[in-house]
Amino acid sequence: MNKKFPIWLHFVLTLAGLVITLYMIFLYAPEEMTMGEVQRIFYVHVPAAWVSLLGFIIIFIASIVYLMKRSQHADELAHATAEVGFIFCTCVLVTGPLWAKPAWGIWWTWSPRLTLTFLLWLLYVAYLMLRSYLVNPGRAANLCAVVGVIGFADVIIDYMAIRWWRTQHPQPVIMGGANSGLDPRMLATLLVGVGAFTILFFLLVRVRLSLAEMRRELSEIRHALAFKLSED
Amino acid sequence: MNSLKIIWSILLKDLRVEWRNRETLASMCVFGLLIVFLFNFAFESAREETLRLLPAVLWVAIAFAGVLGFNRSFSSERENDCLEGMTLAPVDPSMIFVGKMLANLLFLGIAEVVMAFFAALWFNFSFLPALGQLLLIAFFGTLGYAALGTIFGAIAANTRMREVMLTVLQFPIAFWILIFSIDATSNAMRGNPEGNWLAGVGRVGGISVVFTVASFLLFEYVLEE
Repeated sequence: MNKKFPIWLHFVLTLAGLVITLYMIFLYAPEEMTMGEVQRIFYVHVPAAWVSLLGFIIIFIASIVYLMKRSQHADELAHATAEVGFIFCTCVLVTGPLWAKPAWGIWWTWSPRLTLTFLLWLLYVAYLMLRSYLVNPGRAANLCAVVGVIGFADVIIDYMAIRWWRTQHPQPVIMGGANSGLDPRMLATLLVGVGAFTILFFLLVRVRLSLAEMRRELSEIRHALAFKLSED
Repeated sequence: MNSLKIIWSILLKDLRVEWRNRETLASMCVFGLLIVFLFNFAFESAREETLRLLPAVLWVAIAFAGVLGFNRSFSSERENDCLEGMTLAPVDPSMIFVGKMLANLLFLGIAEVVMAFFAALWFNFSFLPALGQLLLIAFFGTLGYAALGTIFGAIAANTRMREVMLTVLQFPIAFWILIFSIDATSNAMRGNPEGNWLAGVGRVGGISVVFTVASFLLFEYVLEE
């Protein structure tokens, strides 16, 4: 990634963003009328959901770039994004039920958004499992890129399918609250949260990428060394 | 003409192999029947319950039986390095995909007929009044499912624990094909109380065609060394 934007600055920005988000969640945003304090999990839940969707979009683009240009960087980016995106998607699935139980009285329901998130999580799992179970690592990039592309097609179909599905089986309107009549202070908190989570996401991807780079360098050095030893 | 010939020869090869050992089709049929039998036995169902249960039972049985077949489809090619031979042949890899997919489609289709026949007997339910619609739904549902199964079977053949890998890849991605097939089947079996049956078939067909085309276009990268 860009060397002009040093990683320490990125780290400081992330830290600042998260501290501001925490302040806004607990001290700035007003208490929700019906759900009370528990609604504050919303400011973690929605940014994490956004980031996990963003993650799969990046995997898709990186997979296409890899298949077209054979760039190893694109493959490493897809891998790093998948690992980080998986963590955020898990975070969504943990915070969701924690919020749903007090708010709706149930841990889980197969409403469209929950279904979409769960399928996204399964896609992340499948992608990462494929990465670790491949016998021949030389083919990993190709095969994972193919799964990345088909997986993204699946995300788009999910997105359309839950609409069709909904038209057939009308759901009780329990998820409608988010956009209708959101207090401006709540909206501000949410937006800051989304920003902070996005910066955090890219920081983690960056750290993961530099790890991949080091691994690659190490294996190159090892190869060179083995070559030299065999010559001597 | 040439590409048709390639597809035909691959399909014929798979059929011949199957004719000689009869492993894939037999295991698919038996496994599918066991699922239908277990569900039938577990829920002693009246007619209204049958209408509710049977579409899901059938498609779940089809899904599991399909995964068995798709696993064999490429793992058998790895024995004796047949896959390498096919990859080295001067043909378009997409044609290999079409040939393998047609074989998978055919095997799963035969297994479906067997399962549906016994389901009709055990659940005491006649598919005949809506046979045309059901055949169309089954065709499109199976097409998309077999296309995904073929490409994921080829991918999973490169991994340790390939049986697990195939299911982990196949089910989340084929999820909506199954769900909409179940929905359309249920609608057709009830005599279309939810209105136009073409809309249901259209959804299954649309998703299946998208996945079939995507698998067709991406398959060459799977075989590439």
